[in-house]
Amino acid sequence: MIRHWPGALAAALVVALALGTLAAVALRAEGWTALQSADWAAVRFTLLQATLSALFSVGLALPVARALARRQFPGRRALVTLMGAPFILPVIVAVLGLLAVFGRNGLISHILGVFGLPPIHIYGLHGVVLAHVFFNLPLATRLILHGWLSIPGERFRLAASLGFGPRETFRLLELPMLRAVLPGAALVIFLICTTSFAVALALGGGPRATTVELAIYQAFRFEFDLGHAALLGLVQVAICATAAALARGASLPAEMGGGLDRAVQRWDAGATQLKLIDAIATCLAAAFLLTPLGAVVADGLAGITRLPGAVLWAAGRSLAVALAAAALTLALALPLAVFIHNAGRAGSALAETVAYLPVATSPLVIGVGLFIVIFPFADPVSLALPVTALVNAVMSLPFVMRAILPALTEAEAAYGRLADSLGMKGLTRLRIFLLPRLARPLGFATGLAAALSAGDLGVVALFVDPAEATLPLYLYQLMASYRMEEAAGAALVLLALSLGLFVAFDRGGRLGAQA
Amino acid sequence: MALRLEQLHLRLGDFTLDADFEVPARARVAVIGPSGAGKSTLLAAIAGFLKPESGRILWEGRDITALPPGKRPLSILFQDNNLFPHLTARQNAALGIRPSLRLSDEEWARVDTALARVGLAGLGDRRPAALSGGQQGRVALARMLLRRRSLMLLDEPFAALGPALKADMLDLVAEIVEAEGMTALLVSHDPEDARRFAPLTVVVAEGRAAPPAPTEALLGNPPPALAAYLGNGA
Amino acid sequence: MRYAITLATALGLALPVAAEEKPVLTVYTYDSFVSDWGPGPQIEKDFEAVCNCDLNLVGTGDGAAMLGRLKLEGTRTRADVVLGLDTNLTAAAAETGLFAKHGIEDVELALPVEWDDEIFLLYDWGWFAFVYDRSKVTNVPKNFRELAASDLKIVIQDPRSSTPGLGLLLWVQAAYGDEARAIWEGLADNIVTVTKGWSEAYGMFLDGEADMVLSYTTSPAYHLIAEGDDTKAAAPFEEGHYMQIEVMGRIASSDQPELAQSFLRFMLSDMAQSVLPTTNWMYPALMPEMGLPKGFETLITPERSLLYPPAEAAKVRDAALEVWREALSQ
Repeated sequence: MIRHWPGALAAALVVALALGTLAAVALRAEGWTALQSADWAAVRFTLLQATLSALFSVGLALPVARALARRQFPGRRALVTLMGAPFILPVIVAVLGLLAVFGRNGLISHILGVFGLPPIHIYGLHGVVLAHVFFNLPLATRLILHGWLSIPGERFRLAASLGFGPRETFRLLELPMLRAVLPGAALVIFLICTTSFAVALALGGGPRATTVELAIYQAFRFEFDLGHAALLGLVQVAICATAAALARGASLPAEMGGGLDRAVQRWDAGATQLKLIDAIATCLAAAFLLTPLGAVVADGLAGITRLPGAVLWAAGRSLAVALAAAALTLALALPLAVFIHNAGRAGSALAETVAYLPVATSPLVIGVGLFIVIFPFADPVSLALPVTALVNAVMSLPFVMRAILPALTEAEAAYGRLADSLGMKGLTRLRIFLLPRLARPLGFATGLAAALSAGDLGVVALFVDPAEATLPLYLYQLMASYRMEEAAGAALVLLALSLGLFVAFDRGGRLGAQA
Repeated sequence: MALRLEQLHLRLGDFTLDADFEVPARARVAVIGPSGAGKSTLLAAIAGFLKPESGRILWEGRDITALPPGKRPLSILFQDNNLFPHLTARQNAALGIRPSLRLSDEEWARVDTALARVGLAGLGDRRPAALSGGQQGRVALARMLLRRRSLMLLDEPFAALGPALKADMLDLVAEIVEAEGMTALLVSHDPEDARRFAPLTVVVAEGRAAPPAPTEALLGNPPPALAAYLGNGA
Repeated sequence: MRYAITLATALGLALPVAAEEKPVLTVYTYDSFVSDWGPGPQIEKDFEAVCNCDLNLVGTGDGAAMLGRLKLEGTRTRADVVLGLDTNLTAAAAETGLFAKHGIEDVELALPVEWDDEIFLLYDWGWFAFVYDRSKVTNVPKNFRELAASDLKIVIQDPRSSTPGLGLLLWVQAAYGDEARAIWEGLADNIVTVTKGWSEAYGMFLDGEADMVLSYTTSPAYHLIAEGDDTKAAAPFEEGHYMQIEVMGRIASSDQPELAQSFLRFMLSDMAQSVLPTTNWMYPALMPEMGLPKGFETLITPERSLLYPPAEAAKVRDAALEVWREALSQ
């Protein structure tokens, strides 16, 4: 019914970007330096911080997701949306926001100071984990909340009619769901944290907090040892592959784009004590996630009036990159999803691996590899913006696929035969059937891709053209010129742009999926 | 002979079903039997969603066994999901002319005529969610009219409707089949549907689809497998 | 598809504008040089007024990233001139064989140390220093030992990812040699964190995350001249201060050797040199006719200047880095 080549082409492009660039770097290397003790220390630290980040994110998300799943309150929907903001926030902005709260001169230290206590020390492994939890708690909450909402309301009704208390409800209804959802959620966050770079550098407190990605950066920048960089890139892929293999029993969490703006009516959660626990969990999570954002906004308002007009151009370029990334994401993800859906079991397992590959690859290696490949043919700098859009589209593919695939499977299960019987094929099938049916997850997915690429700093310095700076780069330029207040203003503009893009696409998808 | 199932052997996991019979042109045939006996499986094979293990399906002497569903000379109504929820009634019906929905003015006029004929004049801009169950069924019938295929397969499409409404719908289908000179196969678990709609009935039971037999005679003097299914109330 | 093409055009895939007849001189430099607040815009305007050419300033990250890119590009590089390497990179840069001799000898440098290099010409320079807020820090340390013994919190940059970070590494090495390890171990509890680059560290300092930050002796001049704020000061250290010397060189394979040569000369002209102090916030290589901008006289002048010659800097840095890593990893 459906042609395979667009999906195969998308898969080939992803492989070329993820592994082809690694090969390009390796081929260009003039020698090989074996892994040294410092590299192994970096591997150990990467594993440690990623594991802790995953465990804490998932563990803390649990009570929050449960509260959101069973409580309906005014502003719940806005809270779910806002809580997603850290995930799409540019790292530098988020770190400054976190420091405004948890730093030595931050809010909490000031409160401690009132009681004569010393300021808290955020720098170190715990700071890195704290920042990663800040970024990924919303993602974990979303994944687990979706698991909760996937338990049909009728089952809770049945449980109530059988006189189940909270304990029985947990053991018989919720625990099986959590067993299926939690390992996958933890794996996703583990994978995201393995390529951490800027967070570890800003909050790590010193060379102890060296991640593999930082070691790769060092190999490129400090030693210019391409072979060593490629080797470390391979180590990174190996870590992710091993983690994925270990967690293979655990199914990866399905949909992230589904409707989360309803709560399931519950008969077992009426006790005041439980209500209190849920209220506390929700408030603490909201405070943890929103206070740093508030600090970014407060700092930014002071500087925003001093911003030069050039910030608009930078914002415009970021917007163009974001929209292009969103379009590219669609162009890659849809054919790939259709391909995975229609291919045989082996083919689809392979294609699915390909779709998730970008999580495991080092953005630095991709950047340098692309430069090596492109340079003989064109001026890489003149391609800075398209390349940024493309790489971001590919990098957001794993999240996008997670949103689209289950929805596609569901749509095909419900209406695939109808479409077949009417002879819908190719683009007609896409336009009349699939696009409208997938509008909601597609809105979410493109919003995510757009927001992530709006906040991206550019692949690496190699592709950056300061004269054509995007907003995040412009922010850095302001900082590098001592203009910290204006930089805070630019950070606020960036926050508004990223969040605005995400909300616009997400809402657009919901409107498109009215029926 | 309109439809011919030639030593058809179907397999779905452990389940198998054999059929070897003919359906005369312009006939209305009920397909009844115990649940799980393979009524829907038989229709799925005729519609092209299930590849037979062996045997052939012929329409007016032409072998259609290898054709994809959309190319077969038939229309099918499923138990549910017969309409795309994001399209209006008019668009859903228009899919019968061309799935791309790029229609000429004259063709859109035909869509409106078809909607009027099934009693939905003026409701074309509604989406399925804003239509009742019976109205949704009528939209699907309008689409069938527009598709102009000579074989109509109905896989219990009205099972969720109340008895009176279901009777209305079956009468409408019968009228359309009669007027358009179509052949129709209706799957149902209710012998009353067979009595009302189909002069002929195929019994599917114990891994076999029997050749069509006159409905009244069959229900009046059922073979053992059918009798067990019908029970005392038949 | 038409939409996609429009998008691609908007993203900069547009057809090149019909080239003018003027020759183009491509100069690779670091990002902050070409930013709106750096020297780039003024330099470009002034040079194009005299050269009858199109000056194309290309930002390439920082000095180390620029060298990495040159190595990747090799002789096919589009660069005619490279501006913004420092003495920690020049040995590796010379090794690439991509550079030609500058052939300029008649310059009178205003520099506290000897400078003689037939490939690289210096255009500005500065001293690294710890910057603090005078209204908050009163017991200003006079050397690294006092700093280590104090309970002052400092934020520094990672030598693997940052030019000032590498400068500090070599500063401690040059001042203390074999004792560098002990100094770093003593500093470990003063260091709040180690950042990727100068911007993050300086931002954290201004946000009150640390009492002192590794920067330049000229940093207070920015706050004084641009913001009218005289609270920032650099702490003079008795060991002397390590220097950063920023240099430029021309590419041997350039198809515009004369133009490249005249750009190097232009950078050493009074016109260009007088732009640098208040845009790059560094000392000019030659004393401008008008002298230094008002405010620079308030800056500290270290009594000793420390600097490894390029070849030696390349030799000591790996061992020094190992010491740094071990001392701060405990």
